[in-house]
Amino acid sequence: MESGLLNLDIGAADDETVNSIFRAAHSIKGGSATFGFTDVADFTHGMETLLDEMRDGSRDVTQVSVDTLLQSVDCLRQMLAASRDKTPIDTERAAELKSELEEILASGNNSAATHTIEKNKTTATPGSSDDREGWKIKFKPYHDMLKTGNDPVRMFRELAELGALSVEVDISQLPILDDLDPEESYLSWELTLKENIEIEKVKEIFEWVEDECDFEIIEIKSDAPQSNEVSKEAVAENNTKSVSPTPKAAAKSTANKYPVNTDSASIRVSIDKVDALINMVGELVITQSMIGQLDCDFDDFDITRMEKLRDGLTLLERNTRELQESVMRIRMLPISFAFNRFPRMVHDLCQQLDKKIELKTTGEQTELDKTVMEKIGDPLVHLVRNSIDHGIEMPAERLAAGKPESGTIELNAFHKGGNIIIEIKDDGAGFNKEKIKAKAIEKELIGSDENLTDDKIYDLIFQPGFSTAEQLSDISGRGVGMDVVKRNIRELGGNIDVKSEAGNGTTFTIRLPLTLAILDGQLVCVGDEIYITPLVSIVESLQIKKEFVNNIAGQTELYKVRDEYIPIVRMHDIFGIKIKRKSLEGGLLVVVEGDGKKVGLLVDELLGQQQVVIKSLETNYKRVDGVSGATILGDGTVALILDVDGLIDLSRNPPTPKRSPESGVREVA
Amino acid sequence: MSTAQHVDTNTAVDVMTDTDQYLTFILAGEEYGVDILRVQEIKGWDSVTPIPNTPDYIKGVINLRGTIVPIIDLRHRFSLDEIPYGATTVVIVLKVESENGNRTMGIVVDAVSDVYNVSEDEMKPPPDFGTISIDYVKGLATLEEKMVIVLEIDKLLNSGIMDNADELLQ
Repeated sequence: MESGLLNLDIGAADDETVNSIFRAAHSIKGGSATFGFTDVADFTHGMETLLDEMRDGSRDVTQVSVDTLLQSVDCLRQMLAASRDKTPIDTERAAELKSELEEILASGNNSAATHTIEKNKTTATPGSSDDREGWKIKFKPYHDMLKTGNDPVRMFRELAELGALSVEVDISQLPILDDLDPEESYLSWELTLKENIEIEKVKEIFEWVEDECDFEIIEIKSDAPQSNEVSKEAVAENNTKSVSPTPKAAAKSTANKYPVNTDSASIRVSIDKVDALINMVGELVITQSMIGQLDCDFDDFDITRMEKLRDGLTLLERNTRELQESVMRIRMLPISFAFNRFPRMVHDLCQQLDKKIELKTTGEQTELDKTVMEKIGDPLVHLVRNSIDHGIEMPAERLAAGKPESGTIELNAFHKGGNIIIEIKDDGAGFNKEKIKAKAIEKELIGSDENLTDDKIYDLIFQPGFSTAEQLSDISGRGVGMDVVKRNIRELGGNIDVKSEAGNGTTFTIRLPLTLAILDGQLVCVGDEIYITPLVSIVESLQIKKEFVNNIAGQTELYKVRDEYIPIVRMHDIFGIKIKRKSLEGGLLVVVEGDGKKVGLLVDELLGQQQVVIKSLETNYKRVDGVSGATILGDGTVALILDVDGLIDLSRNPPTPKRSPESGVREVA
Repeated sequence: MSTAQHVDTNTAVDVMTDTDQYLTFILAGEEYGVDILRVQEIKGWDSVTPIPNTPDYIKGVINLRGTIVPIIDLRHRFSLDEIPYGATTVVIVLKVESENGNRTMGIVVDAVSDVYNVSEDEMKPPPDFGTISIDYVKGLATLEEKMVIVLEIDKLLNSGIMDNADELLQ
């Protein structure tokens, strides 16, 4: 965030930078509110409001506002450090900065812009740079400079980077320990920088503190060092009852500010899992020695050895498989890790908002890869907060709408077709389509006469800066979040869908890939292509007999399996593959189940079964309907893995022959 | 994005010279160029696994040492006549930058031609031919009396491939 602010060009800030700072502020606010650091949340709210205006373009980015924001960041950092160390937060300064922020907010654009910093108190007379040996800098901070988050040590370090620096500290103003206020600065320094550099560079370093200290820069000539002249102001300032934080303390605080991030990614694994692994490895070693005992002398090869070899290989296969499963299980954690924080959050927010909400979670035991788990936490928080704040209505409204007084938020997690699905479902008001549309038109995301499908309208909420909430609250409503949610989920290779019904609530469906997944697959042949059907979704495979085929409306073909009628899905048609055979007779039907429905996939041939490693198509391409991924077969070719649910959808809404308008691009005419 | 890419090229090759290097290839007699730093490898044409329900310029996917890489037929992409793949037909594997990170993609071209140094001055902006394709052209360069069309591969290869949502974002 800080670096973002620093990158902010005055007057010409690009949207992305402002956006990213804004998001950082928002996350801090959200996070601190969740953990009960209300001071921090309050404070950030002010910053956020300012940033929001900048983002909207309704306010220019001025030096003053950037300065204040930067100071706020420093203050925020101290507040966080204070919270961590359980020391009281410097509320006074926070309040000060907050009012400053509010002042900026209140003041119009113009007045803020005119308030530029032009108060250079330097009295240096730049001589010709040839005979300059360096600079002598007298630096005397006002005693409350430290409170603005400026750190002399840091500035000195920067100076030292410019050249050889010697520092002399004047501790004459240091009070006795009893009178010492550690938050005040009592020291003054005299710095000698032995380097022939431009005065601007030196000034730059003191830019942030110009208003909070007396300092003067004196040129040192190579022949005769100028005598020190003390500025009047400095003298005037000397009579304040001053005395001192030790430089040591200051140095310490800098060290704290940038803690070395030592916690490299680690994982807690239950000892059972580790034991299982060790057992497995033990067996593997036994198997290995067993096979090793078979003498590889093929001259007197007999059938008994062949037997043994085969046994050994079977064992090896089993071991490998178990080993693989246990290794994968190490990375998996039940999703309850992510769900656990919600009951409390819902409770707190309900109290705050006077709403009645019941939280139901199912599928807590669904296991999720650790990395995925870590990254899905924040998006989930956002979504649940949104549901609470915007989704669920006030009890009175709910009663008026004929709904039970207390709203329900459901969190469901389950596996589905090689994906993990997390649903966040509320029975609140649902989206107001017209409002979203109106807002989108206002924000010029869509044209006023554009006709959008419901899905497209709902997609709009994932745009940066989009919010239809009338009142900003500190819970949600700034329209940050949804775009971040979407981006985070995309980074995990998943996607998010939203379905909403006015009056009946909203459902967000997050679909995440099982990372590192290995799948048991049945290889099937359609035309010349080989596809892999996940073994878990196959119910049975059978040869088609003509007498069991029935038609509905002359089109849909049903196949009678015992006492069920199952729609036949002709893979050739769906995937547009050249047909080898026309009649159903003699074809093979793979009955698969997905989404609670059964269909029969018409294929040409069944090949073997094997475990396949799932490779993502999305890494370098995009999601393809009816295909969940790809894998590499033993001969190095790529085979696609079928997504049974997707296929069922596809068979119901057959793809219109996709000739993307882009495909007809003419190059140089 | 394109500026970042520019910085990369400059720092990597052009410390001494003031030019970028481009790999050129032939497509229906015309010569096209791509930034050589984007080229990951050049390989012979091999059969691909077609992906159902995709635009027909997407030939399919191949296995490139464990990653699945989509292959795009540039002739198809530019609506040029199809010719049977021959001995010189090659796949140029490129790194494509998109907002979702880098992708690796392959393009099928008639033949690779040469590597040229092109300075920025030599690169002429493409005339406005009034077609959408101007977006995909970074510039025109004249090299040894020939015109080379330097392609903006990020735009070219990302367009029509992204999901709808992504198109909305752009």
